[in-house]
Amino acid sequence: MNANGWEPVIGLEIHVQLDTRTKMFCSCELGFGEEPNTRTCPVCLGLPGTLPVTNAQAVHYGLLMALAFDCEIAPRSIFHRKNYFYPDLAKGYQISQYDIPLCTGGRLGDVRLHRIHLEEDAAKLVHLGQSGRIHGSDASIVDYNRGGTPLAEIVTEPDIRSPEQAGDWLKLLRVTLRQLGVSDVNMEEGSLRCDANVSIRRAGTSELGTKTELKNMNSFRFLMQGINAEIERQIGLVEAGEAVVQETLHFDPVSTRLSPLRSKEEAHDYRYFPEPDLVPLAPTEAMIERARAALPELPAQREVRYAASGVAADMARLLAHDARWGDYFEAAAAAGSAEPRVVANWVAELRGRGEPSDVEPAALARLAELVAARTVTSGNGRVVLDRLIADGGDPAEIVEREGLGALGDSGELEAIVARVIEQNPDVVERIRGGNAKAMGALVGPVMRETKGRADGGEVNRLLREQLGV
Amino acid sequence: MTDLLDLTAAEAAARIRAGDVDVDAGELWAAYRDRAAADELNAFTWVADEAPEVDPSGPLGGVPVAVKDLFCTQGVPSQAGSRILEGYRPPFTATAVERLTAAGAPLLGKTNQDEFAMGSSNENSGYGPVLNPWDRARVPGGSSGGSAAAVAAGMAPWAIGTDTGGSIRQPAALCGIVGMKPTYGAVSRYGMIAFASSLDQAGPLTRDVTDCALLLSAMVGADPCDSTSLGLPEPVALPSRTDLRGVRLGVPEELTGEGIEPGVLDAFRSTLDLARELGASIEPMQLPHAPHGLAAYYVIAPAEASSNLARYDGVRYGFRADGDRDLLGMYTHTREAGFGAEVKRRIMLGTYALSSGYYDAYYGRAQKVRTLIADDFRRAWESVDFVVTPTSPGVAFELGAKTDDQWAMYLNDFCTVPMPLAGIPAISIPNGMAGGLPTAFQVTGPAFSENRILETAFALEQAIGFDGSAARA
Repeated sequence: MNANGWEPVIGLEIHVQLDTRTKMFCSCELGFGEEPNTRTCPVCLGLPGTLPVTNAQAVHYGLLMALAFDCEIAPRSIFHRKNYFYPDLAKGYQISQYDIPLCTGGRLGDVRLHRIHLEEDAAKLVHLGQSGRIHGSDASIVDYNRGGTPLAEIVTEPDIRSPEQAGDWLKLLRVTLRQLGVSDVNMEEGSLRCDANVSIRRAGTSELGTKTELKNMNSFRFLMQGINAEIERQIGLVEAGEAVVQETLHFDPVSTRLSPLRSKEEAHDYRYFPEPDLVPLAPTEAMIERARAALPELPAQREVRYAASGVAADMARLLAHDARWGDYFEAAAAAGSAEPRVVANWVAELRGRGEPSDVEPAALARLAELVAARTVTSGNGRVVLDRLIADGGDPAEIVEREGLGALGDSGELEAIVARVIEQNPDVVERIRGGNAKAMGALVGPVMRETKGRADGGEVNRLLREQLGV
Repeated sequence: MTDLLDLTAAEAAARIRAGDVDVDAGELWAAYRDRAAADELNAFTWVADEAPEVDPSGPLGGVPVAVKDLFCTQGVPSQAGSRILEGYRPPFTATAVERLTAAGAPLLGKTNQDEFAMGSSNENSGYGPVLNPWDRARVPGGSSGGSAAAVAAGMAPWAIGTDTGGSIRQPAALCGIVGMKPTYGAVSRYGMIAFASSLDQAGPLTRDVTDCALLLSAMVGADPCDSTSLGLPEPVALPSRTDLRGVRLGVPEELTGEGIEPGVLDAFRSTLDLARELGASIEPMQLPHAPHGLAAYYVIAPAEASSNLARYDGVRYGFRADGDRDLLGMYTHTREAGFGAEVKRRIMLGTYALSSGYYDAYYGRAQKVRTLIADDFRRAWESVDFVVTPTSPGVAFELGAKTDDQWAMYLNDFCTVPMPLAGIPAISIPNGMAGGLPTAFQVTGPAFSENRILETAFALEQAIGFDGSAARA
């Protein structure tokens, strides 16, 4: 809720490029960064006489999303033609789903989904000259490599109440889609694109205000900036007694400002009608079962499971939302007897230093066990981890070879503590004089003397014991 | 040489395959190629210089085939009768044509047609009208007018065309040959330059019913490149039936009375008499919604066409108007100059019918009528085996006679439009002459009844004994 009692109401429309082998309606392999117009065929170039054939893998991905988000799967969904003229549209229409999408309803986290449908992407236009747009460009050239790439459009209900919630939810969506393996979900490269519908209303009311549609926010930061700017703009308008006009706004990442798209560009009558070249999409039980069997554990489910096993909440979220590290954590936890909570901390240590491939999960598990058993201190455990990253090997052998083992009950630590007390009479005096903080001036030398092999808590205990404080 | 040209395609194919020394595939090719090259009817838009390599031992025996311009043929002009595709040579070949080549029929040439298959007289071609071989002052029908005229005039042994509202059957009727529109989905549409996707279907135009069956047998089949293709449940067989005992022919009162020219109606009744003599029973019946077929057709087909023809925008291939420095100018001038009047008329009709606020009243309503027409036929099959009508309400008319009256022109399809709307097969066979011009008889059956239709048409053909040789002279 905003200051002044305004409540933002936000819904998102997300386009996800599906990471299929071939395009949505032809057998061209997907291509990113290839020479322009090398990943094309008569079908995706819209040559006369060609016909679309629906990509089974894209449908499978659609079903994976439907199951992951608990959507209702349409028994017969229909592809429509969305007609408009533009050079990035080879056929003069986009094949998309309209009134009967593959998936309706569903939920992810705290946001309900309205629908998910399948469609094809447009080609890429490059405008030469100053304007950067087709109007007023010196020339415009078309790269049809992207044309026909499968897209899923995910539309939420207007359940989001703040720019931060929008950003967090989009991150959850991204990790979930990544875990599903349906897309590489990269906002900068455009495989994940997010538009936002924004309106405001008085807090406590339930009517929806006039919404605007925000486009071109191609990073999480821009998404939040754009929504934030639009909320403030709308509040400013309404508080000045003006009305919000329903329009499409373009976010400029340089100025972080929103400007209306020319009304001519949005005043389309798309003349939707059922695509006569395709039969209805009717997923069979076998197709749905195949998707169910392929459904991985999702980030939200992992997070709950990790937290239940004792992993700290922030660590559980971190590992669950990054499948690479989550998988690594699972392998390490299964490889040894250390508690998941401890293993998770060591995975975090590794994550701060390198990649999962740097250390065998079993070696990390062994390290966690050594620290848990107080064979090695936490501090020297980090030294062992550095050795593991650099040279690999067995943690116990590294401890042995490098003399990193924790000091036991041999009396060695007591002797060092006694020596440090003897060497620092002035500090001892300050401590006895009631300055408890001065204790640190004794801990440091002890730790140096022991080369990190002493447990900090034990050093403190012995110092207090010998000083009688 | 004349001996070769007198043979039907199936006879020639059989003799070539049997190794008959009197019938050589190369000589047959040369004979037809010479006649096609000397075309005086404007039936061909392109004729092959030399025969492509095909295997004459295939079922089609090396007998060359003429192909309607709108079938894409690799490296060969495929312009769909439109100036907007002038000089367009596709990088691939339509599935139907590939199947014919694989079955042993080399491509003889591409035939003229109404632009994008929109027309019933072939006067809408961007490459000039086709003349009727029976009377060169008259139209051959359309839109597959070039294919029909080529076969009727003996410039091609056989040909293929496409039928959306009658575009195979009506020109076949006006040229005195056989034409068949198969069940929707029997033949792949891949590589057919689309007019109206939910109606377009390829089929044969041939000298007789046996040729029709043989050519069709090689065309049909499901195609992974066409999601709407199914093939046929059983292979197409060569017909042999000579009687019609037990066959019930339904005569729908809506399509056999008002609006049919007297000469056509006389020939129709004579054929019914012959059918009765062959053992058939003639059953008066109703197709109550069939008269609304034309109205529904002229909403649905233009609607689909308005979308199918959006790709001709000057950006990628074909004609582009010069001189524009902005996108809208290039689009509008390219389409203004590239499309003919009838195509523009239908694009506008279709765009309107799909527009927001009008969709339900036009496209939605037309689809309902379509369903009702299909239901009429389904009910009919409970009491009759086939529905029979004249194919065309009239014989070939004079060039220019109907160009100023669109509705009169559209009425040509009155008897042929209900079948594609219902997706069902129908054949047209010549059944007589009226005023020196051929008349035709149409046999319609349920979906996938091609073999039964061919048997029935064959029996009638034998009894009628139509002689089309005058047009080949």
